[in-house]
Amino acid sequence: MASLRPLRLPRLPRRDPARPSRRSQGISRVVPAGVRRAFTFWRRSIQARVATSTVLLSAVVIAGVGWLLTEQTRDGLLQNRAEVVVAEAISETNQATDRLAAAEGTEFDAVSQQAELARPIIRAGEARDFGVLLGGPVGSGTRLADGGAERTANLETASVPESLEARFDEVATTAWTFSEVVRSDPETGETTREPGIVVGSQVQLPADGNVYTLYYVFPLEEQQETLALVTRALATGAVVLLVLVAAITWLVTRQVVTPIRMARRVAERLAAGRLQERLRVRGEDDLARLAISFNQMAANLQKQIRQLEELSRVQQQFASDVSHELRTPLTTVRMAGDVLHDARADFDPVTARSAELLQTELDRFETLLEDLLEISRFDAGAAVLDLEDINLADVAHRVVHTTRTLAERRGVDVRVLLPEGPTARPCVAEVDARRVERVVRNLVTNAIDHAGPDGQVLVRLGCDGDAAAVAVRDFGVGLAPGESALVFNRFWRGDPARARTSGGTGLGLSISLEDTRLHGGWLQAWGRPGEGSQFRLTLPRHAGDTLRSSPLSLVPDDAARRPGPDRRGVGAR
Amino acid sequence: MEIMSQSTDHAANLATKGRVLVVDDDAALAEMLTIVLRQEGFDSRMCVRGDEALEVFRDYRPDVVLLDVMLPGKDGIDVCKEIRATSGVPIVMLTAKGDTVDVVVGLESGADDYVVKPFKPKELVARIRARVRRNDTAEPESLTIGDLAIDVPGHAVSRNGTPISLTPLEFDLLLCLARTPWQVFSRETLLEQVWGYRHAADTRLVNVHVQRLRSKVEHDPEHPEIVVTVRGVGYKAGVS
Repeated sequence: MASLRPLRLPRLPRRDPARPSRRSQGISRVVPAGVRRAFTFWRRSIQARVATSTVLLSAVVIAGVGWLLTEQTRDGLLQNRAEVVVAEAISETNQATDRLAAAEGTEFDAVSQQAELARPIIRAGEARDFGVLLGGPVGSGTRLADGGAERTANLETASVPESLEARFDEVATTAWTFSEVVRSDPETGETTREPGIVVGSQVQLPADGNVYTLYYVFPLEEQQETLALVTRALATGAVVLLVLVAAITWLVTRQVVTPIRMARRVAERLAAGRLQERLRVRGEDDLARLAISFNQMAANLQKQIRQLEELSRVQQQFASDVSHELRTPLTTVRMAGDVLHDARADFDPVTARSAELLQTELDRFETLLEDLLEISRFDAGAAVLDLEDINLADVAHRVVHTTRTLAERRGVDVRVLLPEGPTARPCVAEVDARRVERVVRNLVTNAIDHAGPDGQVLVRLGCDGDAAAVAVRDFGVGLAPGESALVFNRFWRGDPARARTSGGTGLGLSISLEDTRLHGGWLQAWGRPGEGSQFRLTLPRHAGDTLRSSPLSLVPDDAARRPGPDRRGVGAR
Repeated sequence: MEIMSQSTDHAANLATKGRVLVVDDDAALAEMLTIVLRQEGFDSRMCVRGDEALEVFRDYRPDVVLLDVMLPGKDGIDVCKEIRATSGVPIVMLTAKGDTVDVVVGLESGADDYVVKPFKPKELVARIRARVRRNDTAEPESLTIGDLAIDVPGHAVSRNGTPISLTPLEFDLLLCLARTPWQVFSRETLLEQVWGYRHAADTRLVNVHVQRLRSKVEHDPEHPEIVVTVRGVGYKAGVS
């Protein structure tokens, strides 16, 4: 059975069952819907294919057997008939010879003796439905076709094949052959042809001592009818048999296919996440064992998945608990640090500096803890959006405002470029303001960090009907080829040897990416060594929409004009 | 006996800015809080158990309560509800979880504000100051909003002579809206003016308290007429 062949699924291209394949899509352009449905049914149904192939093979076998039977019947019938007619012909010839011998005393000429020879036989033939032709004397070279010979009325001389006639050109024993009986209607002149047997038998005419050939023409009408009857019966039998075979195959394959279809449905449900789904096991046959194995597989899978889920849940819970447990002591430390920091003027320089360091590092520690908690919330899937319509320009300005101190300390000029021109519209999008602001702040802080002294950072905004985008461009060290994909990794550092200037946690871009994903947006990075980098945030303007394009290009215009080694913007979508 | 009264007097002299009750099971944190608050001029008392908190509260009669969520004996949320049942004293929740559910549950149980650990001491002090600040303002003033009459120095709100009981925070919120009835306040502005936040914070605070205020002052909280929502912007006082 086709379904029990070794599975070769992994090599097949994955195909969505709900979507027609590319092949059938191509076909769909030329064939009507009904044919396409039938074709799809054919492709999907093992049952149809097995039943069809069984019917086809059965048809071939039945046709072969039928042909053989017909042949044998015909041969038998003809053989039988031939024996009978030859015996009849010989008996007629013998009787004729006897008659001629009995009349030997009288004087006749050859022509009247020919008539005397042929006429009784012709009469007998009319009664018993066979035709008679009397050929010319052997050796004279005359042919039946020359005419003039004695023959049954309406019987054409063409009934006797020339090969038989040629055989009786000399004295020969009785012989027969199959032929066509040709009769002509004297009134209409139409000729009818039917299969028949021609028997040739020779007689010596006492009148002239020549040997004449008598041709007996027996029609095979009766045998033909018998044969037709047998063929009809066989054909009817074959058709009935084929229908039965089709029905039986359909039922038998159904027995096998139905459990397979059930298994498929259950497998689909399992794949969709309903891990408790199982096959019903009935009996002890192969299918039942298949079901048992399938269920075992499902149970093992379920167990493994549950274990992993549990493990993951425990791990997330642990991370969350650790972070929370750290908070209370950190609060105390933080306050103690603050008290020391406020009082550092009274300390000696070493202690005062220590208090300062304590303070800054506590800030970092706190940010790191916050980021870790945020990440663990994302990992646990506990992050939810608090959506409202906000103008991204406001967000950009607010971020630039809050990062001004950092930018001034670095001597970096941060500018916001709003879309210009007649088609420009406010970049309003339905987003979670807190998260988007966090993403933009992260990108701007990063850019300020990497812009280098007296650098410049451009915050560009773009908007179209479906999407709003913010691109943050810096002209600093840029990104090495391939790094644009790595920047979003947790705790990733561009250059391990480079000093950690801003005290970032290394989780900023990971969190930004998670925030963006939560919105169904894109966060992508472009960079080239020595030419700076650009990070582009694209968000759908309506929550839940799917992004197709971004209003801003990932590769900045100034860089796009000069193709470099790394033009790829590796996206993290 | 004498020593005790002396120390109380001493504390009362120092605590010119107000009294703070710190309810937190972490002794180190509670002590640290006490130190910081004393530096800032507040008097404070610690309590490390939830089931003792109410007793200490009655005894100490603080101006502000700092309340941890997770407490031995009794949950901080329950303590908050019990205090709120008898008093409108400002309550600031201290929570180790900044997650939505925790915050909303805390606010709905009656807390005025919340601070997520680890907090900066100055931030906490700013919130406490914002909560006790009302004690300083006392010029005679009388306002109306809708059919409500507000007696500002008396901290009283009444409708047709029937007093309506509001917590100090709810009163401040209503007062803020009533003083400039033509102005629409964004949630951020309200956070700054009522809660004392310097920069953007959690706007859910405003939503929760507006809901609670409406449930007390509106005829039909489903169709508010006193505190009106201005879609996409914030809130304003309803027209009389």
